[in-house]
Amino acid sequence: MFNSTKRVINSGWKSFLRNKSFSVAVVFILVFVLVLIPCLFVFQGMTRFLTSSVQEKADISVYFVQESLPKDILFIQEKLEELPEVKSVIYLSKQEVMEKFVEKHKNDEKIMQGLEEYGNNPFFACLNIKAFQASQYESIMGFLEASFINDYIDHTSYSESRTVIEKIFSITSFVNNTGIFLAILFSLIAVLVCFSQIRLAIVNSKEEIKLMRLIGASNWFIRGPFIAQAIIAGIFSAFIAMFVFTLSCFFLSSTIEVFIGDFNVFEYFINNFALIFSIQFIVGVSLSSLSSIFAIRKYLKA
Amino acid sequence: MISFQNITKKYFSDIVALDNISFDVEEKEFVAIVGKSGAGKTTLLKLFLREEAVSSGKIFFKGEDIHRMKKRCIPLLRRRVGVIFQDYKLLKSKTVYENIAYALEILGADKETVKNDVSYVLDIVNLKKQANNFPDQLSGGEKQRTAIARALIHRPEVIIADEPTGNLDPYHTRDIIELLKKINEFGTIIILSTHDKEIINNLEKRVITLEQGRLVKDEKKGRFIL
Repeated sequence: MFNSTKRVINSGWKSFLRNKSFSVAVVFILVFVLVLIPCLFVFQGMTRFLTSSVQEKADISVYFVQESLPKDILFIQEKLEELPEVKSVIYLSKQEVMEKFVEKHKNDEKIMQGLEEYGNNPFFACLNIKAFQASQYESIMGFLEASFINDYIDHTSYSESRTVIEKIFSITSFVNNTGIFLAILFSLIAVLVCFSQIRLAIVNSKEEIKLMRLIGASNWFIRGPFIAQAIIAGIFSAFIAMFVFTLSCFFLSSTIEVFIGDFNVFEYFINNFALIFSIQFIVGVSLSSLSSIFAIRKYLKA
Repeated sequence: MISFQNITKKYFSDIVALDNISFDVEEKEFVAIVGKSGAGKTTLLKLFLREEAVSSGKIFFKGEDIHRMKKRCIPLLRRRVGVIFQDYKLLKSKTVYENIAYALEILGADKETVKNDVSYVLDIVNLKKQANNFPDQLSGGEKQRTAIARALIHRPEVIIADEPTGNLDPYHTRDIIELLKKINEFGTIIILSTHDKEIINNLEKRVITLEQGRLVKDEKKGRFIL
């Protein structure tokens, strides 16, 4: 058995080296498929980063009547934080709200003059509430309106930002779903292309397979070298694909960062390198060997 | 040793390729099967290798009905037979050495045996210099000698030669036939299919004549008469 396995591997290796057109074609297709894996992986990372940063910007503000005491608002904050729908609640006192406003508009003389003329602090203390999902804001609002808290509330930003929030969440969910759909679609196309390429190569060898059977070779002895050859192609492809992607990532990372902001593609890729390469390696080897097994099966039926 | 009993082979249920053929082949025998193209020579050999199924009849090899063998036993049957084809049928991606060694490797022979035996057979067929050449780099005669070397390397009980000289010039034809005769002298059964009149008349061996799928003549020391 050891002798036979050694021969099969040796024969597969020789075929890989000798059938250059087959090897180059299969490796090329496999590299395409395998480069797609880290691409999709990074794309998913990017969309996750983008959607979460967009979602971060969606919140509602609850403004409290001027008479509200900070301790009351902090109590309400605690109550809100207990709700499972609430992701975070940030308290901003009247003073903080004003400081923020001043900081934002310090260069606008008219506004600053108006604020000075008013004299007192005209702002309301508020709570910025973030939910996990857009749909949860309604129930949070329901909670606020139905309880004693309602007496403390002057107004909220919910009615004006409701449509925006829902749009943000529906767009990000669409982007996520599209990403998953595209990943599945591209993977399927790639698998089919790869399978067809290997099948084509084996069709070209059908006369040889027939002859091997006539000489008395067992199915394992015929199939083995083709599988070994495909596995070798898979291994080569995994390394080439990783090399190509690493280089591309390295050089494109800074350009992508300009568009996406804080998301560093190369860093993200390096952090997930072991996982991505393992997936590439396993997919490369299994895709090529399975394609080979299925393609050759037809010619081994007695 | 080999017994063809009432063999009929039909294609598409109405084209009769072989019609009730019966004959036996004894040990160490050299049998020539002659007939015009389409007489059924190749079909008969294909049936013996179980490349195709019989429509009716039985073929026994050392008492075993070939067409009742289990599928997994077919490779074992074929390993007991060496086959030489008119179009050589060499493995294009393998060298002369590897083509010949392949027949031994499928038997599981160890590396040393393969090396020694291939070297010995290459010497017999006078192909030592071409050992590392690929089939595309060989002449017709060299290809056929490679095919013969592959057919005999594992010392089969039977060698089937289907028109082995069909693509060769007279010089190489004589060479190949001499080689087959020599192999037969060592005790291997040779079943030679041909329509070369000169070969048959010089051979002075048993000749079975097929005509339109029927066995019309079986002579101990036959001549080519059609």
